[in-house]
Amino acid sequence: MLSVFSHIRGVGERPDKTTRTLTLKGQKMKHLSILKATAATTVVMLGTIQIAQADTLRLLTWGGYAPDEVVAAFETETGHTVEVTLSNNEEMIAKLRATGGGGFDLAQPSQDRIAGPQAEFGIYKPMDLSQLKSDQFITSMLDATKTNTTVDADVYGVPHVWGTSGLVLDTAMASSVKDYTDLCSADVAGKVSYRLKRPTLIGFAFSMGLDPFAAYGDEAAYTEIMSQVEAKLVECKSNVKTYWGGGDELMNLVRSGEVVASMAWDTGGWKLNAEKPDVTFVAPASGALGWIDTFVLPAKGRADSAAYDWINFVMQPEIAAMITNTAGNFTASTGADEFVNAELKANYQASFSAAAVDNIKWYPPVPAGLEVIEGGVLDRVKAAK
Amino acid sequence: MLSHRNIGFYLLLAPLALWLILLIVIPHINLAMLSLQERVGVRQYETSFANYRTFIDEPLYIMTFARTAVMSILATTLTLLIGFPVAYYIAKMAVGRAKSVLFLLCLVPFWVSELVRTFGWMILLRETGVVSSFLQWAGLASGPVELLYNDASIMVGLVYTSMLFMVVPLVSTLDSLDNSVIEAGYDLGGSTPSILREIVIPHAMPGIVSGCIVVFMLSLGNYLTPIMLGGKDSLWFTELIYSQFIVRFNWELGAAFGFLLLFLSSVIVWAALRLSGQTLERTMG
Repeated sequence: MLSVFSHIRGVGERPDKTTRTLTLKGQKMKHLSILKATAATTVVMLGTIQIAQADTLRLLTWGGYAPDEVVAAFETETGHTVEVTLSNNEEMIAKLRATGGGGFDLAQPSQDRIAGPQAEFGIYKPMDLSQLKSDQFITSMLDATKTNTTVDADVYGVPHVWGTSGLVLDTAMASSVKDYTDLCSADVAGKVSYRLKRPTLIGFAFSMGLDPFAAYGDEAAYTEIMSQVEAKLVECKSNVKTYWGGGDELMNLVRSGEVVASMAWDTGGWKLNAEKPDVTFVAPASGALGWIDTFVLPAKGRADSAAYDWINFVMQPEIAAMITNTAGNFTASTGADEFVNAELKANYQASFSAAAVDNIKWYPPVPAGLEVIEGGVLDRVKAAK
Repeated sequence: MLSHRNIGFYLLLAPLALWLILLIVIPHINLAMLSLQERVGVRQYETSFANYRTFIDEPLYIMTFARTAVMSILATTLTLLIGFPVAYYIAKMAVGRAKSVLFLLCLVPFWVSELVRTFGWMILLRETGVVSSFLQWAGLASGPVELLYNDASIMVGLVYTSMLFMVVPLVSTLDSLDNSVIEAGYDLGGSTPSILREIVIPHAMPGIVSGCIVVFMLSLGNYLTPIMLGGKDSLWFTELIYSQFIVRFNWELGAAFGFLLLFLSSVIVWAALRLSGQTLERTMG
């Protein structure tokens, strides 16, 4: 679903670390010495430190979500320093699990991957919503995300960037493809690619007329759905050229014409559209799959106030539009649309009719334990001849 | 005096010991404990062998391991067959500057990262790649030829990636073989094959064994090459471990797989040493 983003910027498989060097240690030191010298005004000074404190914000995010110009503007305005680490959903959770939620102050997993890992590993801490300017968020999206990321009455996530995955097609060569299952038709044999990951399982299930989301709570029913999908994917395997792993790999396959139909995310299709007019993103008949990337606080984060500052800063319409222009995806910021460049808006409108928007299947929270069922299916599909 | 030497000895040993204990022993103990845990509910774990049972019960995992092992053995054999003549030429036939140049040529590919090297092969072998275009240009193929995404391309990648690790130990053992011994063989009426069999190979045996062990382990533990060159049929055991840890959040099973890889690969190396009548002591010593 989302790990594709770490590749859009040509980052490759490995997360890449960008560190900015704008330290304001001197300022902090000065405050400390004043503190020592004037014991009488300690209480007053403590207040000053709270306001002027320059923290280092260690941000674990996707490629394109923290563009250099946004980071620079934030540092100038608040005095905080931002260290950006690029990653994807699975790696974010794995990293935070390895440290028990340490090492980062703000992370951006998708909203469906928060409640499960939180229940299982306890890697996040509850969000203090009073620290956020909630009027900057699109209300429906904020409410939906709050509901989906609530564990034991605590809210763990607020929305940031959203988008969909569906079909990226060379419309001249693969006009017959309308839905995920059409990737298995003889018209496009040997020229198809998709990922061997959970979005593919979910997408195929929907296009086979099943409803995997309804079966999330029922392991037996979910296993049954997945076994039907497994049979379909095994049957479809001869049609597949290769299972793509990273965004760059897919872009190359489509660009060279080796692949004419694939399952991918919307911005990938729009990006290719600029280079090859025939290629574009198409919302499948059974509905595109919608994801929302969020902000969460890792359990052992040390700079919560800087994290809240960052959220409030990037949700401003102008800043959110800057992020949309680099990441390609729209944000949950109210009023940001008018600052987004026209080309992106045109692409979006061409791919999504009003009906297609209504038909988007938003991922509900993944209950702990489903990954194991899916994992077995994916392994068996990969091993099938 | 003795105690002095002891202190020096321990000081010299310290970096190695720290390295082994901190980076190898402790993580492995941790992994071992992890592999013996079974998830029974949210945040509830029990000690059991369930993860190891999964490996035995699910034929897919055993098949994947067997496939990885067989492919790695094949890759090792091919690397030896290609590497031996190369090493022999460098050690025995080339002289002076040519020798260093040839040796350097073996090294050059290793100046770039494995990722780049593997990507180079993708550029060559893909449907719209260099080889395919050349074949069409030369009239040997009527349409685009897909050479990527099969077992043969994985094999090419593995052999290429591990060639240096075979050539280096072979060159150093063959270098130590006195040319006069080979001459004496000819003088005594030996033919080229018999000299190779009776003199050169027995002398080079330590190099062959250590080269084979290194190449086998590198191939078995390789992750990038099978994934990038193998495409849809690439299933490799390390890939299973990676996906259990990162994609499935199933560290318990991943740890069990890690241990099985360690154990089974040690068994294979031990069996190969026994079968070929070699010992580790002789190879190293």
